[in-house]
Amino acid sequence: MKLTSEDLADLAVGAAFLGTGGGGNPYVGRLMVERCLDEGLTVELIDPSALADDALVIPTAMMGAPTVLVEKLPSGEEAIDSLRLLERYLGRRADATMPIEIGGINSTIPLVVGARLGLPIVDADGMGRAFPELQMETFGVYGVSGSPMVVTDEYGDSTLLNGADNKQMEWLSRMVAIRMGGCAYIAEYSMSGADVKRTAVPNTLTLAMRIGRCLRTAKARHESPFEALLRLLPQTLYNYGRIIFTGKIVDVARETRNGFSLGRARIDGLAGFAGTMEIEIQNENLIARVDGKVKAIVPDLICIMDSESAEPITTESLRYGQRVTVVAVAVPQIMRTPEALDVFGPRCFGLSEPFTPIETMV
Amino acid sequence: MRIGIDVGGTNTDAALMDGMTVRGACKTPTTADVSSGITAVLKEVLRITGVAASEIQAVMIGTTHFTNAVVERKRLLEVAAIRLGLPATKALPPMTDWPDDLAGVLGRHTFMVHGGHEFDGREIAPLDEKEILRIAGEIRARGLRTAAVTSVFSPVTPVMEQRAAEILKNEIPDLAVSLSHEIGRVGFLERENASIMNACLADLSTKVVGSFRNALKELAIEAPFFISQNDGTLMTPDYVERYPVLTFASGPTNSMRGAAMLAGRKEAMVVDIGGTTSDVGMLMQGFPRESAVAVDIGGVRTNFRMPDVLAVGLGGGSIVRDDGARIGPDSVGYEITSKALVFGGDTLTTTDIVVAAGLEEIGDRSRVAHIPAKTIETALDTIHRMVDEAVDRMKTSAEPLPVILVGGGSILVSRPLPSASEVIRPENASVANAIGAAIAQVGGEVDRIFSLEGTSRDIVLGGAKAEASERAAKAGADPATVKIVDVEEVPLSYLPGNATRIRVKAVGDLVMA
Repeated sequence: MKLTSEDLADLAVGAAFLGTGGGGNPYVGRLMVERCLDEGLTVELIDPSALADDALVIPTAMMGAPTVLVEKLPSGEEAIDSLRLLERYLGRRADATMPIEIGGINSTIPLVVGARLGLPIVDADGMGRAFPELQMETFGVYGVSGSPMVVTDEYGDSTLLNGADNKQMEWLSRMVAIRMGGCAYIAEYSMSGADVKRTAVPNTLTLAMRIGRCLRTAKARHESPFEALLRLLPQTLYNYGRIIFTGKIVDVARETRNGFSLGRARIDGLAGFAGTMEIEIQNENLIARVDGKVKAIVPDLICIMDSESAEPITTESLRYGQRVTVVAVAVPQIMRTPEALDVFGPRCFGLSEPFTPIETMV
Repeated sequence: MRIGIDVGGTNTDAALMDGMTVRGACKTPTTADVSSGITAVLKEVLRITGVAASEIQAVMIGTTHFTNAVVERKRLLEVAAIRLGLPATKALPPMTDWPDDLAGVLGRHTFMVHGGHEFDGREIAPLDEKEILRIAGEIRARGLRTAAVTSVFSPVTPVMEQRAAEILKNEIPDLAVSLSHEIGRVGFLERENASIMNACLADLSTKVVGSFRNALKELAIEAPFFISQNDGTLMTPDYVERYPVLTFASGPTNSMRGAAMLAGRKEAMVVDIGGTTSDVGMLMQGFPRESAVAVDIGGVRTNFRMPDVLAVGLGGGSIVRDDGARIGPDSVGYEITSKALVFGGDTLTTTDIVVAAGLEEIGDRSRVAHIPAKTIETALDTIHRMVDEAVDRMKTSAEPLPVILVGGGSILVSRPLPSASEVIRPENASVANAIGAAIAQVGGEVDRIFSLEGTSRDIVLGGAKAEASERAAKAGADPATVKIVDVEEVPLSYLPGNATRIRVKAVGDLVMA
């Protein structure tokens, strides 16, 4: 499947939805991909099932602060250099690249790499949403090593890193990215086609585009975008979604601790929803409670959307008075196993509540 | 005494103010040369108030001239767009996301040079001064007269932009140079875009400011004059000649501040109801709350200090459907005098509803006598619900606020609004823009990423506040009146050293000679 400019606009909306408030604004990444299309390059997606078992896939991404990225734009070579250096280390050329994270800006970086190198981009990722750290990957959960990893900046500096485990890789590379100016570009979790089929969350690039298109076309037809979205989800791997709250934001509190943007949004119910919903945020929306009772919890998606325009609202742009609709979505089973919850379940974010699937909550 | 002038696309308005009292106000058509329209309106306002030109202490002008030039792609110069940031930023050259017609008018003379800084002030690369020299030669060869210089993280440290300007001016003394750190905030593409737009207005700004000067001279007004900027503060004419882009969107700001003055409120919601839309904005400490998101001007993405205005599709010409349950967003607009029922047309508009309800006497009331009482009631409910929701959306806390109604469409609102503590309809609302210009203050702003490590939040905030106050004083504010009106902190995740982006704004009254 070859992407068009219209697909990119839909992807940006869908990626913001799947980012559940985090992941960074995909604007800069989207412009980079559009530039590739303007130059006549092609952005070609490949279904994971179409990969040969022995194909080599090298995922690429940005790591660091999206706030730095919007000021220090990339040279455009960084992620490509990371992939090339990893190829050299592995002694083999990549057959495809792939996102590690579908939420936010990282849905777009591999598209630029793929277009520039003439490689297909695997329609899958390793988070199925956005998460703040590199070990929070289904790839790692099911045994793929994040290392060897390459971190590159715009100066042409590269670091090849072999972490003892994926958490150690995250820890070390984070410091490298900071030295590189707060924002760097990586290649990691190289794996075989067979590993992709076994460990990746499949078809998330096309899912993001379908979500974006669904919201856009519903609005154009003057239908409820929320109803259209809830009709779409059962046709996907994210097979359940529900509006868990509608209301008005009455308070947003923020602070930074341990490198995380922590926050709390309070929403007073409207239109048949009673009580007050409180959403806890660590870069992404983690848990939603109404009067103390849990209504949705990570890794299931908690998306805050503008009640009128159905635009997903990122954490930075939440503010008093917005009329919002909160949609919770079941993530695929591959992200809900005990092994997966050990890596990105509630406890990994310091939450004491156990994971409860959204479809069994009342 | 001071005079506020609003030079709009259609009308030029003036208001003569004695302190906070409106002594008189009038309107004349805007003229092609700008100058004669201003002269006419000044003469008229002096005549009706009987005030002598020598009694005027200051003249404040608000204008949409520069915005209109960019939107219409007229009277613009070709620009040398110089970026300091290589090896970073190469992926997206200057003007990447611009509409082709505007980029074409500006000539796409783009240059990328080694330089720029990291968020913590380290150099990305030393400034390539030889390359700047070469570009100066290129600028001369291409006959360009204006340049925009944008360096990565220049809001953190502006030294490279300043050095590049020094080299360029040394080579080409009459080159107009726009520096991005003077214009925008963090957010590279948006700041660069604003700087390029500023540069393309270099000629026009000299002409327009010159015509303002001439108009005042002709009437022997020797008082200093100022021009209002986006955030409702004033700039000196010299500053506007260099930074015309900062006048973009000063119109809504002046209108909101004028409404505030007329109503005598500093904390309020202003609802400006026109023919097609209602613009709702919030006043905090007498200033409009600023927008946090990128704003497109003439199709170009920018991050100007602009008032946060919510436009709702409700106006005096909005079309009423579903027996009053649905109103707008489409409107009969300027054709209201032929299309609305009361004017003999065939379209049911909001104006027809208020006439049918007996709330206003407009046009021929017999033409709306057939509208069922239930439709009238439903439509009035819908109108008030729309205004009330818009007001509530724009509030920053649950407290009810006074609502100031201005604009021709304000006749639509006849009932109390649940979100409002009271509804105020001030006099002279039709010249609110000119009044807003007349009462504008002088501001200074700081917007940077600070590290809180090894220091305390209070010390850093204190330093930022002092710097903003200093900038306000430098811009002409009386230091004794300067106060901090806005503090915003955004913690930056993923960055070390507890990095926080802090924005502080200080304003004060203009020093009157």
